[in-house]
Amino acid sequence: MRRLLDFLFPERRNSAGIAKDRLKIVLAHERTSRDAPDFLPALQKDLLDVVSRYIEIRDDMLRVNVGKAGDTSLLEINVEIAGAQPKPVKNGAAAHPKPPPAPRFEPEPAAPWVKPG
Amino acid sequence: MAKIIVLTSGKGGVGKTTSAAAIAAGLALRGKRTVVIDFDVGLRNLDLVMGCERRVVFDFINVINGDAKLNQALIKDKRNDNLYIFPTSQTRDKEALRRDGVERVLEELKDNFDYIVCDSPAGIETGAITALYFADSAVIVTNPEVSSVRDSDRIIGILASKSRRAENNLEPVEVHLLLTRYSLERVKKGEMLSVADVKEILSIPLLGVIPESESVLRASNTGTPVVFNKDNPAGRAYLDAVARLVGEQREMRLAQPERRSIFRTLFGRA
Repeated sequence: MRRLLDFLFPERRNSAGIAKDRLKIVLAHERTSRDAPDFLPALQKDLLDVVSRYIEIRDDMLRVNVGKAGDTSLLEINVEIAGAQPKPVKNGAAAHPKPPPAPRFEPEPAAPWVKPG
Repeated sequence: MAKIIVLTSGKGGVGKTTSAAAIAAGLALRGKRTVVIDFDVGLRNLDLVMGCERRVVFDFINVINGDAKLNQALIKDKRNDNLYIFPTSQTRDKEALRRDGVERVLEELKDNFDYIVCDSPAGIETGAITALYFADSAVIVTNPEVSSVRDSDRIIGILASKSRRAENNLEPVEVHLLLTRYSLERVKKGEMLSVADVKEILSIPLLGVIPESESVLRASNTGTPVVFNKDNPAGRAYLDAVARLVGEQREMRLAQPERRSIFRTLFGRA
């Protein structure tokens, strides 16, 4: 009977099932970030500063996570460099100290509903 | 030596105080000397739910500050000799509940009781952390609803990292799931998370399932813990939960809906 109703009225799809799926996803994410040490955001920012001296990368291309593999705690640093531009190099070494922070990336395109100006 | 049990949930309004009153009364009915403590400083309500609001003279904060003796503040229940209520202050704020003071009071209570039931405030701030800090066992009161389940998960994490047992690398706090306001009818319609769903998501052992019931509101209206009224589904479910809490095996029975739906009335046993 229920299956028949669900078939006839698909929008009636069981909302408890949706709740369960949503909870599983959000909790899986929250459980990993819950135990993350407080210094992670600062570490992420410092790493980003260092890497961006050499390569043009956007903030979201570098991710830092603390995870576990078996009994070992892992500090996982992922840097995505596909499409990243190497920075111009002066005298064979990377520009250092860092030049005044030129925009590292294109500003996000304005949302279509935002009028320019 | 008493066992310290905290009722906690993160989210407010899920039935912590009702459950603390019912579980404490249920333990007392089994002959266990039990005290139920209100940790919700500033928002005192356990006294109302237990029906002793007019007998409060001294409170938890008075005892911590040394303004009153423990036996002056403890209120003996008039219905059961094994049951005592320890009210909190209505006027102070949560910071008045200092951890060292709480520890001293709990140590004193431990010698005189079998069970110390702590009714936690909502939230994850100082008050809630103080309530769960000394616990040996925790009852996670959860409604079958997304925000409650998420907050329960959060509080389970806090028990595992910020409790006394966690900080001192002792055996971890025993955690139990108490699912309240459960409606089998709505679960069957696919409108509410089922017991199995919540168990699977939180992955902690199930202590009991308390059906949504008119008797719960009636109990708090009259200031009578719901287990003291014979023959109501919520009271029976709490008594089963208490039996499991003291180590008995009880089959999990899910109460059938109290009212028959129109559909059922029209078509009989559908």
